[in-house]
Amino acid sequence: MANERHTLTALVDNEAGILARVVGLFSARGYNIESLTVAEVDPAQSTSRITVVTSGPPQVIEQIEAQLRRLVPVHAVTNWTFATGGIEREMALVKTSGADQAAAKTAAAKFGARILDDRGQTTVFELTDSPARISSFLETMRSLGLSDVSRTGVAAISRDTA
Amino acid sequence: MSKSDTLAAAPKPKQEAVSLSGAEMVVRALKDQGVTHIFGYPGGAVLPIYDALFADNGITHVLVRHEQGATHAAEGYARSTGKPGVVLVTSGPGATNAVTGLTDALMDSIPLIVLTGQVATHLIGTDAFQEADTIGITRACTKHNWLVKDVNDLSRILHEAFQIATGGRPGPVVVDIPKDVQFKTGTYLTPDDVHHRSYRPKTEPDASAIARAVEMMAAAKRPIFYTGGGLINSGPKASQALRELASLTGFPVTSTLMGLGAFPASSPQWLGMLGMHGTYEANNAMHDCDLMVCLGARFDDRVTGRIDLFSPGSKKIHLDIDPSQINKIVRVDLGIVADAGKAITEMVKLWKAKEKKADAAGLKDWWAQIERWRAKRSLAYEDSEVLIKPQYAIDRLYALTRGRDLYITTEVGQHQMWAAQRFKFEEPNRWMTSGGLGTMGYGLPAAVGVQMAHPGALVIDIAGEASVQMTMQEMSTAVQYNLPIKIFILNNEYMGMVRQWQQLLHGGRYSHSYSEALPDFVKMAEAFGCLGLRATKPFELDAKIQEMIDSPKPVLFDCRVDATENCFPMIPSGAAHNAMILSKLSEASVSDEGKMLV
Ligand SMILES: Cc1ncc(C[n+]2csc(CCOP(=O)(O)OP(=O)(O)O)c2C)c(N)n1
Ligand SMILES: [Mg+2]
Repeated sequence: MANERHTLTALVDNEAGILARVVGLFSARGYNIESLTVAEVDPAQSTSRITVVTSGPPQVIEQIEAQLRRLVPVHAVTNWTFATGGIEREMALVKTSGADQAAAKTAAAKFGARILDDRGQTTVFELTDSPARISSFLETMRSLGLSDVSRTGVAAISRDTA
Repeated sequence: MSKSDTLAAAPKPKQEAVSLSGAEMVVRALKDQGVTHIFGYPGGAVLPIYDALFADNGITHVLVRHEQGATHAAEGYARSTGKPGVVLVTSGPGATNAVTGLTDALMDSIPLIVLTGQVATHLIGTDAFQEADTIGITRACTKHNWLVKDVNDLSRILHEAFQIATGGRPGPVVVDIPKDVQFKTGTYLTPDDVHHRSYRPKTEPDASAIARAVEMMAAAKRPIFYTGGGLINSGPKASQALRELASLTGFPVTSTLMGLGAFPASSPQWLGMLGMHGTYEANNAMHDCDLMVCLGARFDDRVTGRIDLFSPGSKKIHLDIDPSQINKIVRVDLGIVADAGKAITEMVKLWKAKEKKADAAGLKDWWAQIERWRAKRSLAYEDSEVLIKPQYAIDRLYALTRGRDLYITTEVGQHQMWAAQRFKFEEPNRWMTSGGLGTMGYGLPAAVGVQMAHPGALVIDIAGEASVQMTMQEMSTAVQYNLPIKIFILNNEYMGMVRQWQQLLHGGRYSHSYSEALPDFVKMAEAFGCLGLRATKPFELDAKIQEMIDSPKPVLFDCRVDATENCFPMIPSGAAHNAMILSKLSEASVSDEGKMLV
């Protein structure tokens, strides 16, 4: 069966070791992690949201969701690939270097990237967009002196009112 | 940040707040949870708790000889009583020695609460003496674990530990308690004050799923109940409900290794155990059925054989309390997430209310086919006048223990399979074996735990001479606590199961599977203060077994059996259920892919 790419989020208790539990689950069962982000979302409730981008055949994705739900500190798991109206965003910091930064700046402007730092021979851009657009931005910058990249991984949320 | 720092709805004690030291809280929490026995071993990092136990005689502490023994004893205690097993060990080596038992309990869904001492909080992370990252090490082999950093969290965590170990699909948990936390004083919460904020396993079945299951059962022509350890975990009600459902429907019943006893082996509807060493009729019925009703089992590879050839023509219903089990290995037509006892009881009710009738004509043909498979007598063996055949030894042990209040534990290997095939269990909680992990050394300490819970009962560990040497030292525990456990060793001088596979898969090259330099088990028994017995000929077996049963002491029985007997029938790795070998091995019967499997 063909691999599918899925974005899952888990609302978890923000307790010591929760990230290790989630990562350990993926490594123990041989699941892929393409990206992973985590941060506290509700200090009053002490809950965090973990967003994992993973890939695998549908049956494996179903197992990943079920295994995540099994973890005791996990409150809820959402698969944004199925949920209607999910929004996924990622941020990338991209550095280019070289004698001529003009071409890089022109290309970056077309993607809507911001310039965060400009030192003549090196430029640092910031782009927040869908993971696919980020990837194509990097592709473009590769031939324009790209020298370093840092990506945050995906965060996801629904458009629904609730 | 720890969860407790900012917990929104921090539990408030209902009664007047009680102040206790961490160590006192441990003892108090255990008593409030109804714990009467714990299995443990002291050390520097748990001395305050041992001190609190010294001051309080409400709990019986069983001093084992190795922490692995404590975990298996607690498993035996839990499996035979339906209550959780509790273990107390020190930091570092105490905790690492408990890892095998934790993994065993995780695989077989046994509720264990394992309390580990830890170095003082200010020393954590400094490679202090007997420091180990217990939480890190046991994360993969527990249902959940906790490091307690604040004494005011301790009682809450202890009560949550019981809720999680016993709730939903049971399993082992670890509470790691630094030494300074044991000394500090804090507020004690009672079990009633504590409710885990998010853990709510689903136990009630959906009515619509039950209705569909009943319709599918009424329509089936070649049905089978494939039952497992979930029925034992669910409690005696589940076994009762299964008996009723089986009698209402007239369907045949088979079980996994872990489920033996949930359905009475004396019933004509009982097909025996299924799987790699299951009966011919059970496995063929699984292969040819048109409806498989899986109740509290998990399609383990020892059960399914080759998965793409597994029961190709059947519709499948899967009842499990753990949602992640449904569709994990085998796609099913109907998944039911619920407690087994509740769900089966609902099936019985609905079957009666709707006045359902099974397909009589279909069932008649199906049973006729099953009888033809049964007629193969797949558990038959060639007896001998000179050598004790292991099957004969099990049969005599079974015959001579009829009518007794009997509990059987096992080690791992051929003897385990022969015991599973030939012992007939009528009730749940009477059979304790290491199924998922296959842990040699499980049976002896498990017998200690069982006997502790059932002082008047006859508790027998059916053992192999190799396995029993792994946790032999627990004989000393049995002697200390006057536990008259019987260790019945089928001594074939081989790691028999390994030898059988080497014969089957590796051209008879018996690499390191001979039990060289065996101790004299009779002398060893005597050295421990037990009774040692030996039988080498079939004619002397009965009298010796009787002597074992009649002895008030722990007994080590060296039963010398035919060294080269193989365990049949057998589904070779990588083969389908209907490709069983009934006797005689040949390498040709295993495919190349099969050889890759365990
Ligand atoms: C701790 C552990 N180590 C290794 C094994 C692999 N193993 C499975 S059965 C077996 C041989 C058991 O020999 P024995 O206890 O004499 O039983 P027999 O098969 O001869 O009845 C071995 C080594 C295991 N199951 N557990
Ligand atoms: Mg042996």
